[in-house]
Order: sequence, then C-alpha cells, then structure tokens
Amino acid sequence: MKLDTSGLESTSPFFGSGDELCPELSAAPSFSLPLSTDFDEFQKDTKATLKHAKGTTTLAFIFKEGVMVAADSRASMGGYISSQSVKKIIEINPYMLGTMAGGAADCQFWHRNLGIKCRLHELANKRRISVTGASKLLANILYSYRGMGLSVGTMIAGWDETGPGLYYVDSEGGRLKGTRFSVGSGSPYAYGVLDSGYKFDMSIEEAAELARRAIYHATFRDAASGGVASVYYVGPNGWKKLSGDDVGELHYHYYPVTPSTVEQEMAEVAGA
Amino acid sequence: MARYDRAITVFSPDGHLFQVEYALEAVRKGNAAVGVRGTDTIVLGVEKKSTVKLQDSRSVRKIVSLDNHIALACAGLKADARVLINRARIECQSHRLTVEDPVTVEYITRYIAGLQQKYTQSGGVRPFGLSTLIVGFDPYTGVPSLYQTDPSGTFSAWKANATGRNSNSMREFLEKNYKETSGQETIKLAIRALLEVVESGGKNIEVAVMTREKGLKQLDEAEIDAMVAEIEAEKAAAEAAKKGPPKET
Repeated sequence: MKLDTSGLESTSPFFGSGDELCPELSAAPSFSLPLSTDFDEFQKDTKATLKHAKGTTTLAFIFKEGVMVAADSRASMGGYISSQSVKKIIEINPYMLGTMAGGAADCQFWHRNLGIKCRLHELANKRRISVTGASKLLANILYSYRGMGLSVGTMIAGWDETGPGLYYVDSEGGRLKGTRFSVGSGSPYAYGVLDSGYKFDMSIEEAAELARRAIYHATFRDAASGGVASVYYVGPNGWKKLSGDDVGELHYHYYPVTPSTVEQEMAEVAGA
Repeated sequence: MARYDRAITVFSPDGHLFQVEYALEAVRKGNAAVGVRGTDTIVLGVEKKSTVKLQDSRSVRKIVSLDNHIALACAGLKADARVLINRARIECQSHRLTVEDPVTVEYITRYIAGLQQKYTQSGGVRPFGLSTLIVGFDPYTGVPSLYQTDPSGTFSAWKANATGRNSNSMREFLEKNYKETSGQETIKLAIRALLEVVESGGKNIEVAVMTREKGLKQLDEAEIDAMVAEIEAEKAAAEAAKKGPPKET
C-alpha cells in the first residue's frame, strides 16, 4: 500500500515550487507501508513500543520586557542519563529561539530547517519573518509528517514588528499562541512555580529568577530533568543568554545548609 | 508526454526570444490600460471597447481584485489573464495560510512575473500574452505601490504607467504631466491619460480607485462622466487662459 501524499503538497512556494531550486526543502516524501488490515491499530502499537516520553523541562513566558525562555539540559534513555549538557534552547536566528522537547534529533534538524526557511523568507521579501509566520511554517511541516513517529514539543519565542511572540508547536500538528508555556515531563512542577510567581510587570532580573527557580524545582522532582538550568531573554534587539547554572548548586542557593549548634562538645577531661 | 518536450520559446541566432516578442505584440493590440499612484490613492483605468448591445457588461470586468488590498488590470489575451488571475488569487490565500499575513504587492507581483517567466522556459507551452498592472497598499506600512509585469516575466515598480494600445502616447502624456497627487487629482490624471487615446465618455472607460481604508471601488458611468466633464471644463479654461485676456476694444 503506497501512502498518497499528493494532498499534502501545497501551492505555496515554501513547500517546494514546481520546478525545484532547492528540492531538499520539498514536502513530505512518500514510501510504501506494510500491508495491514487495520492501519490505525498498527500505528498505535508502533507508538506504544517506541514511546517518546519527552523527558525534559522547558518553559517560556511573555512579560512586560519581552520573552523569557529557560530549559534544563538532561538527556535520558529510559533510566539511563545519557547526557547532562544538552543544548535545549536552539538559536533559530538572532531574534528567535526554539526549545527542544521530545526527540533531540527531530528538534535539532527541524529547527535548523526552520532557520533556513526564515532566512530565505528574509532574502526574498526584504523583511524579517514574523514569529507567527515562522511557527506556522514549522507547524505545517510537522503536520505533514503526522503519524510517522516524529516527536517534537517545541516553543518558538521571538521578537518581531508586533512585539514579543510565543507559540507552542508539537509533532501532532498542534500550534497554540500563548503567554505562558512549559513543555516536558517536568512541566507540571515548573507550571506550579511559574504560575504562582508570574506577574506581567516584572523586571528582566525578576523574570530570569522566576524562570530559573521554576526549572530548578522541576529538576528537583522530575527524574528525567536535570543538569544545567539555562535562561535566555528575547528583547527588541534579539536574544541574549542570561545564565546557565548547575541545578545541584542552585539547590544549595535556594536551600542553604544551616549551621546547626552542636549539643554537647567532647572536651578533654582534666587529669585527676 | 515526450512529444510535448520541445520548447516553443527558443533563442534566435541573434539572441531574441521571438515567442516572447510576439507575445508583446499581442499586448500592443490589447485594450489600453493605465495606472497612476498617488500618495493615498491608486487608480487603474482601462479602455472599454464600445459595448456590444446584447452583452451584459458586468460580466466583462477588466479590473479585478486579487485580495482585499490588491487589484490588477491587464492588456492582452483576456483568456490568459483569467488563468493568471486565478493562480494569483490562490497564491494570495495560500500565503495567508502559511504565514498568517496578507501578501505584499511586491510579493504577488514577483509571483505573477515568475509564473509568466516559467512559461517562457518550459516544454510545449507558449508565453502568456498579457502585461499586467498591479496596484495595492503594503499591509504593514500602508505605502501604495504600482507594479507592471510583461510576458517575458520582468517586473518593476512605477509611479505611473500605461500598457496596451497606444501605451507610448499615454506614457508620454504621463511623463509630461505627472506630479505627486492625492484623492480626486490622481483619478483625474489617470482619466486624462486615458482620454488621450480613447474616445471621450463614461461608456468607453472603466475606472477603479483603491484606497487604504475602502479597498477597491469601481466608478460607475455617472461618476466617470462627471469627472470627464470636469476635465473638459478645465481644459477649456486652460485654453482660454492661454489665448490671453480678451482684447479691449
């Protein structure tokens, strides 16, 4: 059974204009699928076997001064921590960031691909692409690969002509505009801290502190999150990395060891 | 489909693409069309050949809108125009879908010109036999623009331009009389250019005005007649003034 992807080809030049100048950027390829009586069930079993759990904590929120983006840096394969130093905040271009949750390769590749498309848009139209447009391009691509096993839970954060922009895009093809998002297995914990401490009128330092604290608390409770808490700020002049603190050290910063008084001192008894 | 691989548009020994040049001839035989860009208004005017009695003139609209903020007028093969306009309209919506923003005038002009060029470099097809005048306001900056494309696929921006029959005389008139105008003055300038080569009267001209707030508005016969009357009056007054004040006896 051959998968028919002709319906996925759009007339938009971004999706591969008829005679190709850059065929690598075309729409989804097609390939033969195994014969099966119940195609939907087949997909379900495959998904359960592979189970990409999106073990990570990433968050982003819009506030008065711009967008704050933060993430941990742990990569896990089941119970094994494969890396403590993964860059989960991907720099798409000098004024747009993407966060990584899910399959690392999928996120990295498609964010790089998005960067290419954004640059081509700039060159063709002599103006930067909006955050809306960039997130839409990514969402359209991910939708065309829906059901084929991509695992991407990303947030596109940036600053364009309309001000700060934040979108959540995932591999199911969903795309949401919002002011506060957290993605990953540690997101419930991060949301708890983020939602209780959030105010629109924060300064950049206060917002960075809130983001850092939210990531720290998520790494404290979630086994799949840890490593280094990176915090980025996106303002009118582009993004800037504010901090990258080891969460182990942050623990002692938030819960310092209090010197406790010793109850009884052992002293030399004077010789009789 | 191997039989249709041979290109119709091939180079001549001295570097001409004759099919493209013949297409330009077809444009030169088409109805006159003029476009004028003002500071807040853009006007498109097209010659209307004398109405055939039984024809429903409303079905022969020569100035069409591609989107809320973009309009197009053309000279040449009207059937080719229909195909190009449909593709452009789809592209306008497709752009809105993929980047959630309306097209800029430059973008859609580039798309139409790209389409016209593709048909000069493909097997088994002939070039589109029309030149278009594309007008609109930039959706972000509000700046008005006027662009022209031709069968070869080139495009450029203009302050005022004409295409189709007698376009040279219209362009000469525009070069002599163009100045930055707005509102009614822009409309009058476009009609005056058209009247240089077309029989006077509302039923021989089709005029459409585009403004940032109201979009495209087709002027009806009565409004055009009123403008034409104003223009004739101004011309008469200018002639009289030239002759000098009446001599005292």
